[in-house]
Amino acid sequence: MAARGERAAGAAPAGRPRRPRLRAWLAEHRDAAAGSLRRLAREPLSSLMTLAVIGIALALPAGLHVLLANAQAVTGGWRGEARISLFLERGVDPARARALRRELAARPGVRAVELVTPEQALAEFRRLSGFGDALDALGENPLPATLVVTPAASDPEALVALAARLRALPEVEAAQLDLEWVRRLHAILALARRGVAVVAALLAAAVLLVVGNTIRLEIQNRREEIVVTKLIGGTDGFIRRPFLYSGLWHGLLGAALAWVLVEGALALLAGPAARLAELYASAWRPAGLGAGASLALLAGGAALGLAGAWLAVARHLREIEPA
Amino acid sequence: MIEFHAVSKRYPGGKEALRGVSFRLGHGEMAFLTGHSGAGKSTLLKLIACLERPTSGQVLVDGLNVGRLPRRRIPQLRRRIGVVFQDHRLLHDRTVFENVALPLHVAGHRGPEVGRRVRAALDQVGLLGKERAYPVTLSGGEQQRVGIARAVVNRPPLLLADEPTGNLDPELSREIMALFARFNQVGVTVLIATHDIALVEAMGRRRLVLREGRLVEGAAEAA
Repeated sequence: MAARGERAAGAAPAGRPRRPRLRAWLAEHRDAAAGSLRRLAREPLSSLMTLAVIGIALALPAGLHVLLANAQAVTGGWRGEARISLFLERGVDPARARALRRELAARPGVRAVELVTPEQALAEFRRLSGFGDALDALGENPLPATLVVTPAASDPEALVALAARLRALPEVEAAQLDLEWVRRLHAILALARRGVAVVAALLAAAVLLVVGNTIRLEIQNRREEIVVTKLIGGTDGFIRRPFLYSGLWHGLLGAALAWVLVEGALALLAGPAARLAELYASAWRPAGLGAGASLALLAGGAALGLAGAWLAVARHLREIEPA
Repeated sequence: MIEFHAVSKRYPGGKEALRGVSFRLGHGEMAFLTGHSGAGKSTLLKLIACLERPTSGQVLVDGLNVGRLPRRRIPQLRRRIGVVFQDHRLLHDRTVFENVALPLHVAGHRGPEVGRRVRAALDQVGLLGKERAYPVTLSGGEQQRVGIARAVVNRPPLLLADEPTGNLDPELSREIMALFARFNQVGVTVLIATHDIALVEAMGRRRLVLREGRLVEGAAEAA
């Protein structure tokens, strides 16, 4: 980013070998980075307040992301609830129905198959519907044998495809896939994901503005220094650098604070969540940010800080000219 | 070192600060720029350091056409010019050492070389013992000498000073001027804007006199 300014700075006189020049370039960056950090530490209270604002703004989307990831993990454990009911043709005899049950149970994508004979179905219907007298009047059992298939997959597309394949079997008269709740759940999760993305985008913009404003104030406070540096031949890159590093530190430290906030909140929730899971006889335990999301949080914070500083620097540094 | 060819400068408000100024200042020369306040002294110095651009005419510094210098090359010009201000323009949150080291840092110098050159510059202005002091703890004359040390630490071939003795008593002013004369002796071209006529006459150097933006005296010498 400041590469052009660096070259223009011509740190080393022409003809000097390249390596010392690279070393000088690295030294300048190290100085600027360390100087910005010292400046941040010089006013700990105001720095902390700015970092807290950035940290909270970043902690919200990070925390929502963790909640969503946990919700997905929990609902993933419910996939056994999806069922495909296969109503067999009337002519299929019980022995063939039992054989078919074994065949289907051995198929890939099928977790379990249960056979419900017409007699069991009738008994259940009688028990649940309260139409027992009406059924007696029929004289003959109108219900077919049913195979209840528990699929291994949980996503709606795979379930629909499996149901279609099963429906094509010659013994099957009709296949009914109870998909509505699966679809609804997935729709809710998709909505939540979109919501988290919107919140994250808004809060990222807030971080950008907070850092931009902080750097703008810093530029104003150091106006005289900028003027003098320009007077004695400081390049734009040289003048810009400490402010860009300041933005980077604000973003990075704010993200670190956000990480602490999220992990802290999770630690507070871990006990009650575990008890709840126990009550459901579930082995599920809430997961934290994990390495990937933690890294993304820190990198995202640093990038936002740098971008915010860049915005402020681009707008305000050029206005300050010695006169 | 410095050449002005029919240089005029009109500010946006319509005020004409310089009108058709032409002169030449050779390498290693030392000259005073005098005139009433508002005569255009500061503007002339600003044109040399590319703090302002001429409305018309040519300003050459060491053969470089300063009026047409692209923005990104201005820093290189300014590193070859040491500038001393009436109000010193020191950074008050930094020590004397850090103030004087700033031009070296800006030019990419690091390490023990910086300390050596800062101390050499402070030695030349007689402030070697004050490197850890903050500017506010120094007297006006000392602050001005820190400003001079900062202007020369990078060993620029050209030294400009805008009313460097404006706030100092006559004796301190003479000391400061003697300091400039010493730098001139080792080959630095020096141009000093001042309205202290008595001091200028005592120094017995070339005089460039501005009146209402025109150069009325001193243009011909050494040209």
